[in-house]
Amino acid sequence: MVTLTLDRVGVALGRRRVVRDISAAFAAGTLTGVVGPNGAGKSTLARAMLALVPATGAVRIDGDDVAALPRAGLARRIAYLPQGQTLHWPLTVERLVGLGRLPHLAPMSRIADGDAAAIERAMARADVLDLRDRIATELSGGERARTLFARALAVEAPALIADEPLASLDPGHQIDVMELLRAEADTGKLVIAVLHDLTMAARYCDRLLVIDRGTIVADGTPRDVLTPDLLRAVYGIDARIETGGDWPTVTTFGRAQPPD
Amino acid sequence: MSRSLLLALLAALTLAAAIASLLFGPVDLSVGRLLAAASGHGDPIATTILFELRLPRTALALAVGAILGLAGAALQGYLRNPLAEPSVLGTSNAAALGGVAALYFGFAQIHPAVLPLLAIGGALLSLALLFALAGRSESPLTLILAGLAVGTLAVAGTSLALNLSPNPFAAMEIMTWLLGSLENRSFEHVRIALPCVAIGAAMLLWNSRALDALTLGEDAAQALGVDIRRLRLRLLVGTAIGVGGAVAVAGAIGFVGLIVPHLIRPLTDRSPSATLLPSAIGGAALLVLADIGVRIVPTTNELKLGVVTAFLGVPIFLVHLMREKRIW
Repeated sequence: MVTLTLDRVGVALGRRRVVRDISAAFAAGTLTGVVGPNGAGKSTLARAMLALVPATGAVRIDGDDVAALPRAGLARRIAYLPQGQTLHWPLTVERLVGLGRLPHLAPMSRIADGDAAAIERAMARADVLDLRDRIATELSGGERARTLFARALAVEAPALIADEPLASLDPGHQIDVMELLRAEADTGKLVIAVLHDLTMAARYCDRLLVIDRGTIVADGTPRDVLTPDLLRAVYGIDARIETGGDWPTVTTFGRAQPPD
Repeated sequence: MSRSLLLALLAALTLAAAIASLLFGPVDLSVGRLLAAASGHGDPIATTILFELRLPRTALALAVGAILGLAGAALQGYLRNPLAEPSVLGTSNAAALGGVAALYFGFAQIHPAVLPLLAIGGALLSLALLFALAGRSESPLTLILAGLAVGTLAVAGTSLALNLSPNPFAAMEIMTWLLGSLENRSFEHVRIALPCVAIGAAMLLWNSRALDALTLGEDAAQALGVDIRRLRLRLLVGTAIGVGGAVAVAGAIGFVGLIVPHLIRPLTDRSPSATLLPSAIGGAALLVLADIGVRIVPTTNELKLGVVTAFLGVPIFLVHLMREKRIW
């Protein structure tokens, strides 16, 4: 069972300390939502987990320091779905999803049967088999999100980190992507997603990590973490949280008035 | 089109072009005389023309065209910019400056190898400058801007050499060299260019799948196991050695690296890695054909090769401009 631990992780971008002294542990089979206001350091924290930014402290996957692992070795253990849907080249969906097999291929080698099977599985899970021959840059936002998700699944890594996978998706496609993340966690993967929609996060995540100004300000189940006081302190908003249903729902009213 | 079919067709085209290149020239030689010369029983004139003039010229066109096409395809993939070319990084211009410096300061007279070595040196120096300017940034935009600065500096240096040139003949020599030509090349030139082209091509072709990963952006590529810095170093050094060696013997022939990948791409699955090898073969074919063109077009002075490729390349730029402006 895969584990990911952060031990006093800090990241400075230029002179600004974006992530300060974050320690946390993540377990297999859990979907953790990382939430917090813009600029809180969520994406930077996600990038630090993949050794994409120089960080102090240590990020360890199964006890191995990610910064010390060879890139391809790390890539086989943590799949990453970056922020945004930027595609720089008009690849077909199948070729794009196939890029997920890159960490498993030696230079100049051909794609093996096992890789082709993994690509098929990933496309089937993300429901993009019908899009196989379409050009990825010409897809709609929802189709593209599923395609990029399939690319991350094709790595077949035991851990998956997704950075704002719901950005620019309509509610239906947001549910599709959250269901996919949930399903991955339910198959025993360690899944971490940076999210903005608190109700979506509360509905699908086992655990929420609230980040503000580079530090963890709350960590626990959505029911425990999401309180009006926390939302006022972190986001500066007044909100009502309904806890009667199957999952907490957050209704926002407006900017919180500063106390007199 | 399947990849093996595409490669076979391109190889056939290149072979046909190379044979045609051996058949055509200012001196009209019959196929029979050339065949006799090739088999070692020909008359001395035909033998000399075939082995001392046409064969090295054809070999150079193949090698130079291949590395230019390959470098263009690799840089377009790496920079994720369909208009990228060796000249974008300033490598061609810097190599040309190295060659011009050799001519202007008279180093070229010391030894025939000095000019090409200085051209390669110029390309490598431009690379060092590029790294200093682009610093640790891994953004393609920074690299393009740095390449522009290096290229502009090299052109300025070349213009300065032209301005200060002591006699009109030196200026003409430099001009001829800058426009690019394969006139009067010998096996000496082939010996210089071929190792550079081979080393450069090997570096550019190695693990081309990393370029495909880059289409997802640099973070995603790194998270897929690509070492961006090492990839960049390999591409830039490979380009400098390959293109430096090519410019040294053929001058600054532009646009081959732009034209060829654009013609090849629609015939592939469009991924950057799939265009590399076909672009190398296609580049070889294109340059050989262009070089046949300059020989058979009747002009008082032989046309410069770079002029022909520029005329072929500009329409590609225009197509992109039109697309950007949504004129059609």
